[in-house]
Amino acid sequence: MEELIIKKNWWKALAIALLGYTLVGGLLMEVPRLAILNETIRALYFHVPMWFGMIMLLLVSVVYSIKYLNSGKPGHDTVAVEFAYAGILFGVLGIVTGMVWAKFTWGDYWSNDPKQNAAAIGLLIYFAYIVLRNSLEDEQQKARISAVYNIFAFAALIPLLFILPRLTDSLHPGNGGNPGFNAYDMDSNLRMVFYPAVAGWTLLGVWLASIRIRIRNIERIQEDRVMG
Amino acid sequence: MKSGLLKEVQILLKKEVVLEWRQRYAFNGMLLYVGSSVIVCYMSFGIRSGALQPVSWNALFWIIMLFTAVNAVAKSFMQEREGRQLYLYTLASPQGIILAKILYNALLMMVLTGVGLLFYAVVLGNPLQDVALFLLAIVLASFSFSTTFTLISGIASKAGNSSVLMAILGFPVILPTLLMVIRMAKNAIDGLDRSASTDELITLLAINVIVTSVSYMLFPYLWRS
Repeated sequence: MEELIIKKNWWKALAIALLGYTLVGGLLMEVPRLAILNETIRALYFHVPMWFGMIMLLLVSVVYSIKYLNSGKPGHDTVAVEFAYAGILFGVLGIVTGMVWAKFTWGDYWSNDPKQNAAAIGLLIYFAYIVLRNSLEDEQQKARISAVYNIFAFAALIPLLFILPRLTDSLHPGNGGNPGFNAYDMDSNLRMVFYPAVAGWTLLGVWLASIRIRIRNIERIQEDRVMG
Repeated sequence: MKSGLLKEVQILLKKEVVLEWRQRYAFNGMLLYVGSSVIVCYMSFGIRSGALQPVSWNALFWIIMLFTAVNAVAKSFMQEREGRQLYLYTLASPQGIILAKILYNALLMMVLTGVGLLFYAVVLGNPLQDVALFLLAIVLASFSFSTTFTLISGIASKAGNSSVLMAILGFPVILPTLLMVIRMAKNAIDGLDRSASTDELITLLAINVIVTSVSYMLFPYLWRS
């Protein structure tokens, strides 16, 4: 995985192609005419993929935290933290795009929707992760303790993201007897842009993380050279 | 091995209880903390007993308990001096230590929450219709507070500035559990049929199992650093 991310370039071209298609197709292609949603349905291509991307990036981060605890290699910690950063960026974008969309369809930026709240709590957890990292001085201790918190927080986040919204009514489609998403699901026009959009945005997140991982690796090599 | 671990947990748990009994000031301090928080809330609202809406009554109670839990559980790793911790770690396995601490903190929280409820109900009125269900919510909440905050307290004690870290690391993690507890407690206040709380009950148990097993697996790594 690390080799693929750092050495190969074809997936970056794929990301550009997919995102180009998402931008053009997302703004110009035919979409279903639904009441209330109207043209804002196009936000589907820019809002929902942020969540898919965030979950994927945070999942990679957790996997590398587990790997770090097993191996103790500083490289694994770098991957974990940079993917967490990319995940946080996607989370923030997801909340912001969601709030704009909510203003136009639900009438308010924030309407105490369980998924909105879950997203806000999730971000708080990862902000705390960053504060925890910065409060520790020793590099090894920083890596180990933040890996422990990362895994712990992710384990606590899963019930939050997947169970809580299903127990209560939500304004979001697909929960609490709100049939919205099934109606879009049936629409092949939406699908044709939505799935490539998810893949494209996720790849962009991986790309962002990989650039920062490479910078950190170079910094570490330079430090080792100075020390040695 | 299995019975060995059980025995170890038993001994460590006994050690925690005896230690607490010998330094009663910490425990009395926590009781007083609950008491003063209740008084502060009572006076800030400036109301007669029983005038608080059940929703606010419930939320206020659990917020007081949340802050009590953060403070009570935070000391589980901070109170011990480094030398004694090192000595303890040469004697016992990390799994034994974390399980004993979780159990002990759960017991501590049950006592604190129970006493808190008594005092709170006397001062602010008692709208409870299903006391047994509310007590069950207290037991589950004590376990959840304990499982979550014990590991967090271990993490926070490794970093400086612990009380702030304890809150920012712990609050977002405990929130979903707290919401479940509040909902279950609200059902108890309204005296709804018990089957209405089954979902919350199962979710709480599941979260507790997940968090305990993750703590069990992660603590050895934390302890080594």
